[in-house]
Amino acid sequence: MGTDPKGGSNITKGDQGAPEGVPLSGSEPASPAIRTRDLNLWYGDFQALFDVDIDVRQGKVTSLIGPSGCGKSTLLRSINRINERLGYVRTAGTIEVMGHDVLADDVELTPLRRAVGMVFQRPNPLPLSIRDNALFAYRLHRGGKGPAAEEDAVMEKALQEVLLWDQVKDRLNQRATELSLEEQQKLCIARLLPVQPSVLLMDEPCSALDPKATHAVEELLWKLRGEYSILIVTHNMAQARRASDECVFMLMGKVVEHSSTGDMFVTPKSQQTADYIEGRYG
Amino acid sequence: MKERALQSESSGGLEDRIDAAWIWDRIARVVIFAGGVSAIVLIVAIFVFVANEGLGFALFDLDKGQFFGSPNWRPTTEPEGEFGALALMAGTASVTGLAMLIAVPFSLGAAIYISEFATGRTREILKILIELLAAIPSVVWGFIGLTILNPLIIDMFNVPVGLTVLNAGLILGLMAAPIMTTIAEDALKAVPESYREAAEAMGASRWQVIRQVVLPSAKNGLVAAALLGVGRGFGETMAVLMASGHAVHMPTSPFDSVRALTATIAAELGETAQGSDHYRVLFTLGILLFLVTFVINLLADILVRKGGGKRS
Repeated sequence: MGTDPKGGSNITKGDQGAPEGVPLSGSEPASPAIRTRDLNLWYGDFQALFDVDIDVRQGKVTSLIGPSGCGKSTLLRSINRINERLGYVRTAGTIEVMGHDVLADDVELTPLRRAVGMVFQRPNPLPLSIRDNALFAYRLHRGGKGPAAEEDAVMEKALQEVLLWDQVKDRLNQRATELSLEEQQKLCIARLLPVQPSVLLMDEPCSALDPKATHAVEELLWKLRGEYSILIVTHNMAQARRASDECVFMLMGKVVEHSSTGDMFVTPKSQQTADYIEGRYG
Repeated sequence: MKERALQSESSGGLEDRIDAAWIWDRIARVVIFAGGVSAIVLIVAIFVFVANEGLGFALFDLDKGQFFGSPNWRPTTEPEGEFGALALMAGTASVTGLAMLIAVPFSLGAAIYISEFATGRTREILKILIELLAAIPSVVWGFIGLTILNPLIIDMFNVPVGLTVLNAGLILGLMAAPIMTTIAEDALKAVPESYREAAEAMGASRWQVIRQVVLPSAKNGLVAAALLGVGRGFGETMAVLMASGHAVHMPTSPFDSVRALTATIAAELGETAQGSDHYRVLFTLGILLFLVTFVINLLADILVRKGGGKRS
């Protein structure tokens, strides 16, 4: 089983070697970016995820869809283990990112979160300058500021990649919280790129944006696809249909259906999926 | 409003009935209004009183050069007292300064622990304990200074007197710390959770989140907490009076006894003839204290508002 060269190999401290697991069928070009098996998750006594098995393909955009409270955000937030901030979360099963078990005891969160970037529902730039925001993760993983020329190059590349450079290049010292929401969200994506994550997790990244900004961010996702594997939670059926390669439909903490976007919207396998897509509930 | 109500009454529409609820409503309005205004009235009255007793003297009769420049406080010398307040100011400043050196790191550490690390029961218990600490009367602190710290300092440092800048500074630091902790913790709690989450999702450790995100965002509130602590230190009387040794003396080391502005007023005002120069110069000290604490509180307030405005 091949592992992705960038980022993937530094998730585990001890690098436990090749993970075991079911070999994928011949049609699959590479190992999945994210793979979960028998993933169960509880918030205190409440079980939020039931035996979730998904494979998110490398270099594709995969949408997680389903009604509110179906567990899609929970699933997303368990992949970079950010939901452990809550303290009362219990997880059982396996989650592998680029072939590495992220729930293993020896996993350190810092490299995991370097390999798995996350974009939140509300743009959450830090109350720092645009420059310091764009370089935050870079400096964090570098262990301090880099040489000025290198920092400038890294920042420009990241901001260029999210199509933000031209708008902000003359005001890099302005506070990022003063940008428009669209610009803030792009900056929140840009700040992940300098540390070369393999996976980007996005939790309804457009829900706080207006239609024009939503369109701009969707374009951006499509552009980043290929280089990054993207898992995106969305409430917006049209968005899932427009801007993803595959869709995972969840209901009550279970995965109901996982298929290519075209198949899911044209010939859904499950009646529940069809009902949801056609707006009969949710 | 009233006219309209009457009109509608005459036209038989919505009438303003005078019943028990109406009367209670009126009474409540008057009481609440009086309560709100009383704070302003009292502040103004206190200021007018203090100014009336001391301001004229301070502006015209007082030798300002002596007051600010001389360390000799001999208010009862005949025929004219000597009113040099420099040693008193130095006393207050040295005790407050030492108190802040002790209280700022302690309360900042405590606030960070409670806000960022402690969870559940630990946190609730700590918060209650700190509020309890803030509720200890200052005379009790003075008592501790007098009976516990005094012999301790004499023993440890082999000095003749234990009622010193060090003693008063320690006591005052311990007194100011709980208040500063509470305010600093509020400032840290006001930093949006989304900032912490954003930084953690990028791989920041807890300490990195605190140092690079939380502390810079809460900076204004933290400075305000320290300033309020300073204000508290300036105004504290009883504990300082008991622990500082109450000797008019320019301090040169932490083992010198000093006398604070507040303690001077408390100790001497009862024994002066009303209207005498001594009486009036004590009010001048009061005006000085009032101005200093007013400016400090104002600064703290401005900083807190500024901090709040930036975040929202």
